[in-house]
Formats: sequence, structure tokens, C-alpha cells
Amino acid sequence: MAKQRVVTTKVNGTEKSFLCEPRQTLLEVLRNNLDMTGTKEGCSNGNCGACTVLLNGDPVTSCLVLAVECDGAEVETIEGVATKDGLTPLQNAFLENAALQCGICTPGFIMSTKALLKQNPDPSEEEIRFFLAGNLCRCTGYDKIIDAVQDAAKRQCGTGCCND
Amino acid sequence: MREFEFESPDSLAGAIQLLESSKGKPLAGGTDLIDHLRTGRVVTDLVVDIKKIPELNVLEINDEGLRLGAAVSCRKICANAEIKQHYPALIDVCSIIGGIQIQSRASVGGNLCNSGAAADSTPALIALGGVCSVTGSSGTREIPVEEFCTGPSQNVLEPGELVTEIKFPLPVGKSSNHYQRFIPRYEMDIAVVGVGASLTLDDSGENITAARVGLGAVAAKPFLAEKVNEFLIGKSVTEATFSEAGEIAKGLISPIDDHRGTVEFRLQVTSVLVKRVLTEAAKRASEKAT
Ligand SMILES: Cc1cc2nc3c(=O)[nH]c(=O)nc-3n(C[C@H](O)[C@H](O)[C@H](O)COP(=O)(O)OP(=O)(O)OC[C@H]3O[C@@H](n4cnc5c(N)ncnc54)[C@H](O)[C@@H]3O)c2cc1C
Ligand code: FES
Ligand code: FES
Repeated sequence: MAKQRVVTTKVNGTEKSFLCEPRQTLLEVLRNNLDMTGTKEGCSNGNCGACTVLLNGDPVTSCLVLAVECDGAEVETIEGVATKDGLTPLQNAFLENAALQCGICTPGFIMSTKALLKQNPDPSEEEIRFFLAGNLCRCTGYDKIIDAVQDAAKRQCGTGCCND
Repeated sequence: MREFEFESPDSLAGAIQLLESSKGKPLAGGTDLIDHLRTGRVVTDLVVDIKKIPELNVLEINDEGLRLGAAVSCRKICANAEIKQHYPALIDVCSIIGGIQIQSRASVGGNLCNSGAAADSTPALIALGGVCSVTGSSGTREIPVEEFCTGPSQNVLEPGELVTEIKFPLPVGKSSNHYQRFIPRYEMDIAVVGVGASLTLDDSGENITAARVGLGAVAAKPFLAEKVNEFLIGKSVTEATFSEAGEIAKGLISPIDDHRGTVEFRLQVTSVLVKRVLTEAAKRASEKAT
């Protein structure tokens, strides 16, 4: 067996060290080694976006990242979005706009949307659809997700102020 | 996924030594490689992460042109205002490779080295006059992008060689560029036809003084459409000129039939897309100050 590596990564603000094999993806390590099953696996080839996390602030599909690449990096997952005071405006916007049915795509959409609103606090519908093109949803037909993102942008006062 | 070892050297010499001694595979953004490792299309005992090598991360524009490190991500390229000004075709490409998650990771160097016949960046790099610096244990060689790919998923790299950067001349005067592909969806798909073009106009903005057109997805590898370039030089900027250029391009391609498009469809789309891309490149060029 290839040598196991110790990888130290900041996950949702907390430093975590874990053992993993070089062939393990970040997605596998999050779910299987760290028991953080909020990040979902859809296709495992980069197409569906269900496994989206933020790596050093950028949205990435964690099925196409090796966990060993993340030594010294910062990872943010869906588990890190809500605060001790409860759900964020972004999460509430998804709930209240019925932007999910089965919910398997939702963690990925939330992570991508978080990155979108940080870079563009007041996106147009076209900008939202373009930015979220790497996240697939088989249930909602997307319109409700777009509504939720627009609503989330409003709740965040167009400044990204409540984003963190 | 089959087992492999992993190294992430922080020097070019270190990476080349590792790659040469073990027949390792370079890892840039991994958006092709990790999938290929998972499916077994690529088998290796060592993956060498090349993202920590300074030479592969250069991003520099000066009077001579652009030096683009092979490992720079599409997302970083898209955020660069100088690239937007001088090399908008690069932005056109880097904003359509996959979705935003892919763009955070994918590099232009990886797109080129993966050497897919339908790779989006390659026709644009060809149009921009890109030249790759390739370094191995025996030194560095410079290879124009149009000579880099040798067939589907094949290129001139010897085992142990890395593309370190791609250099582009600075477009001067009324000169600009554009890339567009045709896909059945709005985004997240593989090009049926991809066209990159650079045009330089005279001071009046009415006549073409230099042209480079790169075509992708319509032959075994992306290529420089030299006959189109020759035709365009000295012509005036008119719809008729660009339509005729599209017809000439049609004669240069050898497309395949597949579920994305038939040969006939690709021929038709090529002529239309060449015309559109030239029209937009000319518009961008004419808006530039001399
Ligand atoms: C969901 C999805 C959508 C995609 N959409 C598109 C698209 O729209 N258009 C498109 O063209 N492609 C697309 N791709 C393919 C891929 O994202 C691109 O080819 C990307 O640019 C590859 O870059 P990378 O840095 O991830 O390369 P990697 O996967 O790291 O490497 C690719 C190959 O090149 C080799 N390599 C990498 N860098 C070097 C170097 N500097 N020197 C020598 N060898 C090197 C690697 O060993 C490997 O064989 C998509 C992929 C996915 C998963
Ligand atoms: S599971 Fe990673 S993109 Fe589908
Ligand atoms: S809610 Fe089921 S896939 Fe999106």
C-alpha cells in the first residue's frame, strides 16, 4: 500500500490533521475519514457539482482534488456555513424559496452561491445561471434556485455583509 | 483508484528529476488527470504536483508580451485586467472551460498538455501566436503551440518534460482577438467547433494587415488555418471578406461524425463560426487606439 500521509488542513476554521493515501480525493477524506457527510457525491468526475467545497476561498469539486494537495490549505464545507446563531440568510433563502426537493445538490449549490455572492453581491439572473452552471439539479428545474439566490443577495443587502 | 505515490516539489529541477526517474505524471489542476487516474485511462506510480514550482506560476505582461505560467488557473487568468485588455481571447476561453469549480483548478497548460482535439484553449493560443517553453533534463526548447499537439491526446513532450510557460507577443496598434466555440448547450459542454482569431488592422481600421486563425474540434488536432490567414491579409474589413474566410476554412478541416454533430453540420458550423469570430475580433481591434 502506498505510504499514508499526514495532512494538516484548516477545515471550517479548525485545524485538522488526518492520515490519508495519495489516491484519496478530498471528497472521500471529508466523508469517510472526517465523517463530514454534508458534502455529497454525485458523479465523481467533476460534472455535477454536488461535492463543491471552497478551497482557499475558491469553489472546487472536491472529487477532483487529492486530499494530499490540501496540506496547509483552508477548506470550507457546508458544515461550516451555519453559525451558532443558526442558519445564514443564504440558507434560509434556499429553504423559504423551496429551492430544493431531494436536497442532494443543495450543499454544492450553497457553497457555489457563497462564492458567487462574495465576488458579486448583486448578480443578474444571467450571471447567476452562468456561475452555477457547474452545479446540476435533477429536481427543481433551477428556477427556484435562481429565485433563492436573488433573494439571498437581497437579504445580504447587496454587499455580501452577512455572507460570513 | 489505483495506488500511487505523491510528491509536490517546489523547484523545477526537483520536479524534472522526479518525473524522469520514475515516469511520474505531472498534476496541475487535476481536472483531466484525476479523472483519468480514477478510470484507469492513466496509470502511474507517482503523481507530481507542479503547482508549487515558481516558474509555472508566472503571470507577467510587459512591452514584449505575456508570459503565462503553465499552471496558472483559469480563474486567475479571468481576474487579470491586463489580460482582458490585450488578450481577451484568453478570457473568452478561460471563462468557458467547465464551470466555475473547474476554472478554479484548471490550467491552460493542462488543457494544452492533455491535447484533446476539442480542447478549448489550444485554438486561441495558436491564434495568439503562443510559444511553449518545454524544459527537461537536457534543457529548454521553444515550441510554437501549433506544433505542440501531434494527434488526439498526443503531443511532442518526452517523458520527464514539462511545459513551464507559454509566451505571447503583445498585440500592438489596432489589434485584438477572440475565441468562440459552438456547443449544443449554453455551457459545460465539449466544443463541436472552436475558433480562435487574432486580427491586426491598419490605422484607418478598414484593412487587415495581419491575421491568425486557429481551428479546434474539426481535425485530429487543433491547427493554424494558414490559408485563411493568407487570404485575409490586405483585405478590407467587410462582411464579404469574413464570409469568404469561412468558406476557405471549410476546405481545411477533416471533421468526424459523432453524437455532437455530423460531418456536414461541422462543415457548416465552421464557416459560420469563423465569420462570427473574425467579425468580433475586428470589432475589438477597431475599438483600440493606434
Ligand atoms: C466537468 C468538466 C468540464 C470540462 N470542460 C472543459 C471545457 O469546456 N473545455 C475544455 O477544453 N476542457 C474542459 N475540461 C477538461 C479540463 O478541465 C481541461 O482540459 C483543463 O484545462 C485541464 O487542466 P488541468 O490543470 O486541470 O490539467 P491536469 O488534469 O492537471 O493535467 C492534464 C494533463 O496534462 C499533463 N500536464 C499538466 N500540466 C503539465 C505541464 N505543465 N507540463 C507537462 N504536462 C502537464 C498532466 O500530466 C495530464 O496528463 C473539463 C473537465 C471537466 C471535469
Ligand atoms: S461528485 Fe464531484 S462533481 Fe459530481
Ligand atoms: S433537489 Fe434533488 S437534485 Fe437538486
